Amino acid sequence: MTAPVQSEFAGSSTTPVVEDSSRDAVLIDHVSKVFGTEGDSLHALDDITLHVAKGEFVCLLGASGCGKSTLLNLVAGLDQATAGTIDTGDNRTTLMFQESALFPWLTARGNVELPLKIRKIARAERHRKADELLDLVSLKAFGGKLPHELSGGMRQRVALARSLAQEADVLLMDEPFGALDAMTRDVLHDELERLWRETGLSVIFVTHNVREAVRLGDRVILLSSRPGRIVEEYPIAIDRPRRLDSSEVAEQARTITDRLKEEVRRHGR
Amino acid sequence: MAVDERALTSGLDALEVRVAPRVSRGRRIWKSAWPKLLAIAIVLAFWQFLIWIEWKPSFAFASPEETFSTLFNNWDLIMESMWTTLRRGFQGYAIAIVIGVGIGAAVARIPVLRAAIGSMITGLQTMPSVAWYPLAIIIFKLSEGAIFFVVVIGAAPSIANGLINGVDNISPVLLRAGKVLGAKRFDSFRYVILPAALPSFVGGLKQGWAFAWRSLLAGEIIGGIAGYSLGQQLKANQEVIDAAGIQAVMIVLFTIGVLMDALVFSNLEKKIRKRYGLVDAAAA
Repeated sequence: MTAPVQSEFAGSSTTPVVEDSSRDAVLIDHVSKVFGTEGDSLHALDDITLHVAKGEFVCLLGASGCGKSTLLNLVAGLDQATAGTIDTGDNRTTLMFQESALFPWLTARGNVELPLKIRKIARAERHRKADELLDLVSLKAFGGKLPHELSGGMRQRVALARSLAQEADVLLMDEPFGALDAMTRDVLHDELERLWRETGLSVIFVTHNVREAVRLGDRVILLSSRPGRIVEEYPIAIDRPRRLDSSEVAEQARTITDRLKEEVRRHGR
Repeated sequence: MAVDERALTSGLDALEVRVAPRVSRGRRIWKSAWPKLLAIAIVLAFWQFLIWIEWKPSFAFASPEETFSTLFNNWDLIMESMWTTLRRGFQGYAIAIVIGVGIGAAVARIPVLRAAIGSMITGLQTMPSVAWYPLAIIIFKLSEGAIFFVVVIGAAPSIANGLINGVDNISPVLLRAGKVLGAKRFDSFRYVILPAALPSFVGGLKQGWAFAWRSLLAGEIIGGIAGYSLGQQLKANQEVIDAAGIQAVMIVLFTIGVLMDALVFSNLEKKIRKRYGLVDAAAA
């Protein structure tokens, strides 16, 4: 793998420029992860090197068993790499799961406020911030609802607002829209794109959906399975805002899908 | 575009949020009350039937009429007994909660402790707490201390187990979410683990009360501890072969049991289940 590809903020889209001495938000260098012990071990990740620039949107794409979730857990600090280094500098990371993982006993607002509470932020400020975030994900009217009273897509938006409440610089997303219906997912792609452009976050987005990866990413990283290795890297130079059903997205996705299929076939032999 | 997107979003939201039908309060209460009232009526009818067929002589088995007139004639004495028993129950139960929560939290969080006493707690729970009375009376003499001891030994294991099971069954994704949000140690316990364990903990509290109440009554009946109490009344009435007196006290005991369950525990469980989304709204 070579030096990181510069983010492609092509076309009319204006993106907040992050002024900082270092350009990268996340440096993953020669990272390997082995689960289990010698006799019975699983090589999940093998020598992964990936640099994510500030404000960049990177999609990790791969079939089952490519260790994409494992990599996110490592970046989030939930797990330790077996070899290699992960450097996030002073950047705070937050992780969003496929299940919203909202706390069922708290209202939407309560969930958004929890990370603020943990950081001992005063009540008035917490309220203000939560209002702002709920508005950002278009859920202002639903702050008082409990998670089970909301739809799957709304729960994911609350989870997104909760993640944003951490004021992280790096948003890690583990197939966050995997369980949603097509239309809801479409809407959430638009919202996520808008939010990302407004906030200047760096995003690492894990998915097994090729079109989704092309729809969202500045760069798509294709991983092989067992062990997870970087096979190919695709800079996506399609103008934003993009559409999932545009011909450019479809065309780019086809190329990547072919490559992915080739990877998967290797395991059948 | 942005306005369009918002309209689409809120349109989807509006379609997906469930609207619960509203039922009036009176209707709801009546709906849950009439089966209970009917059940009581059937029991009373059967009781009266046993009297009419002279199943047992009246000194051994009193009629509803006799029983209720005994209850009203001895109202003051029975109430005095009831308050003593309830006070002991609540005091013992309060101690059991403190001890049960302490032990439960420690066992749930410290693996060595779990290995050491985890299974003993369940063992203790299955042991009839009355079996502790002889020893308790020797240790604490014929005092309320002996009663509290047995009540605590009866109730604390259930409470501890409720908490332990609750902690064990927390969905791992919630624990990870807590970690990601920055909740460490105490914060994690306070904001994630305790609330997540609450439904199971309340189950433990309910079972704990049942054990506490049984142990207490057993103690009062066996005990010979000074003062009027419901258990002592049962025993005293048995000694003078006063069936109506015994039955009157039993009705009080039964009523307390039903009220404690309906007003406190079932109510609490229902509220929690609803809050946590553990009930089907269509069925509730």
